[in-house]
Amino acid sequence: MITLTIDAGEGAHVRHPAGDDIGLPVVSRNADHHPAVEVSGLVKRYGSTTAVDAVDLRLPRGRVLALLGPNGAGKTTTVEVCEGFLRPDAGRVRVLGLDPVADVERLRPRVGVMPQGGGAYPGVRADEMLRLVAACAAHPLDPDWLLATLGLDAVRRTPFKRLSGGQQQRLSLACALVGRPELVFLDEPTAGMDPQARRLVWEVVAALRADGVSVLLTTHLMDEAETLADHVVIIDRGRVVAEGSPEALTSETADRQLRFRARPGLDLHLLLTALPEGCHAIETTPGSYLVTGTIDPQVVSTVTSWCAQHGVLASELQVARRSLEDVFLELTGRELRP
Amino acid sequence: MRTQTRFPTGTFRPEPGRGRLLGMLATHTRTEATLTLRNGEQVLLTLLIPLALLVGLSVLKVVPLPEPRVDSVTPRVLALAVMSTTFTGQAIALGFDRRYGVLRRLAATALPRWLLVAGRVLANLLVVAIQLVVLGVVAAALGWSPAASGLGWALVFVVLGGLAFGALGVLLGGALRAEVVLALANTVWFVLLLAGGIVVPLSALPDGLAEVVRLLPSSALAEGLRTALVEGTFPGWEPLAVLVGWTAVAGLLATRTTRLT
Repeated sequence: MITLTIDAGEGAHVRHPAGDDIGLPVVSRNADHHPAVEVSGLVKRYGSTTAVDAVDLRLPRGRVLALLGPNGAGKTTTVEVCEGFLRPDAGRVRVLGLDPVADVERLRPRVGVMPQGGGAYPGVRADEMLRLVAACAAHPLDPDWLLATLGLDAVRRTPFKRLSGGQQQRLSLACALVGRPELVFLDEPTAGMDPQARRLVWEVVAALRADGVSVLLTTHLMDEAETLADHVVIIDRGRVVAEGSPEALTSETADRQLRFRARPGLDLHLLLTALPEGCHAIETTPGSYLVTGTIDPQVVSTVTSWCAQHGVLASELQVARRSLEDVFLELTGRELRP
Repeated sequence: MRTQTRFPTGTFRPEPGRGRLLGMLATHTRTEATLTLRNGEQVLLTLLIPLALLVGLSVLKVVPLPEPRVDSVTPRVLALAVMSTTFTGQAIALGFDRRYGVLRRLAATALPRWLLVAGRVLANLLVVAIQLVVLGVVAAALGWSPAASGLGWALVFVVLGGLAFGALGVLLGGALRAEVVLALANTVWFVLLLAGGIVVPLSALPDGLAEVVRLLPSSALAEGLRTALVEGTFPGWEPLAVLVGWTAVAGLLATRTTRLT
């Protein structure tokens, strides 16, 4: 029997009771005591550059971990080490309790991999490719169903090189899932996808989690990490700069934001003197104002009465907690990455 | 959060495991062979050019060859067909497969590494078998009458030549950029065709050059097939040793230099 409990704000948790009386999935049957992924002190160098510098990760079974970071942060390198494609220069990596390089043959059937870009013969038809990968698994999902579900029915006979970027990504996702793995690595799963396809991938990840599959994904999209992940690890220049649940990351401090619109060019000096210490006020774009700091009812009242005193009508006044994007930009800086 | 019923509970319930080895091998071989035969450039290289040379050299007297011309031409064209598929075709396909991340994709499945190699070898041999049948039928129509006593040795040389050129193809296609592989594989093919003992017999080459060329796999295969199919006798240990030697050296090097991407 499966109990589904909805826990507001936390997403759905499927609990599998110990008794497997009607043959429904009991994830713990496969599960040993090891986490899905455990990385400590991982270092990977390419020549003189250190791509990954002492990274620690822990993905418990049945959870979703998002590795978030700008381009070139070391996300793909970290994932490829976990997949057994790269040897770490230092540190300890365990996947399902096994060494991803030494125990690669034992791990392959249990792990699904969606690499970044490509992953099929240029001339292969979508259904041929998926069938080939399905043939490698003992109990594959039905390739026809998977193609239809991922919206690839119309292009099943189309050669891979003529699929759009988003279609190639969906085929790659299908290849990662078809073998019914315990753990999947999804490297930028929604790159190049339109919003509909992104939603679909999000649904897939939620369904994987609900069925007890562990998921490690990389992304540079904040909303993706915020929506999907139980645990977000932000990495930049090869180092972990922050980690935690999306909730914890965005409300780590009491920092909140107060935004409002008014006529452009208000003199904020007077407002600042009225506000408690530690608060800042800036005009982000002409007519848009942002007050940061500990936004309590007193601060809101100060702002509105200040506006009233100056005969200014403040509109669209809203108090928001920091978004993951704010945290991300704060930690990784605003300059463009190559 | 599960908001829709597109994926009922249990859809992705883990049930990992490796597929049956024979099933994996059969599917992999079939996919590789199908892709080769579907690729227009590959068919041009592996079938149309050998066919054109077979007909052209048998009918036109551009290269001095012993009569009946079709008997002299056919073993050489068969050698060319083997080289085209297992060396040039394979190197180019491998170069682009790596570019497209196919090897990594397949290496990420439960497909064992040896099976990845075995599937490619079998697919190549399958394509070679198709070439032999097509070229053999056309040659027969032109009046080809091979020495029956040499057919067994011819088969041995086709397989050994396929392995030697296959190993060389992997050595080239497994290490360099796809565009470089494309250029080199075609150049080598052209040079070996003209000066490697395939179209022009060793006996027609200048003495100094012939001494070098006889150590090339192209010449060993062509001369081996000629002796077997024209004279119907064992072609001797030298061409055999040349093919085995190239297989060993190229194979050994390729296991060290081949990269997945």
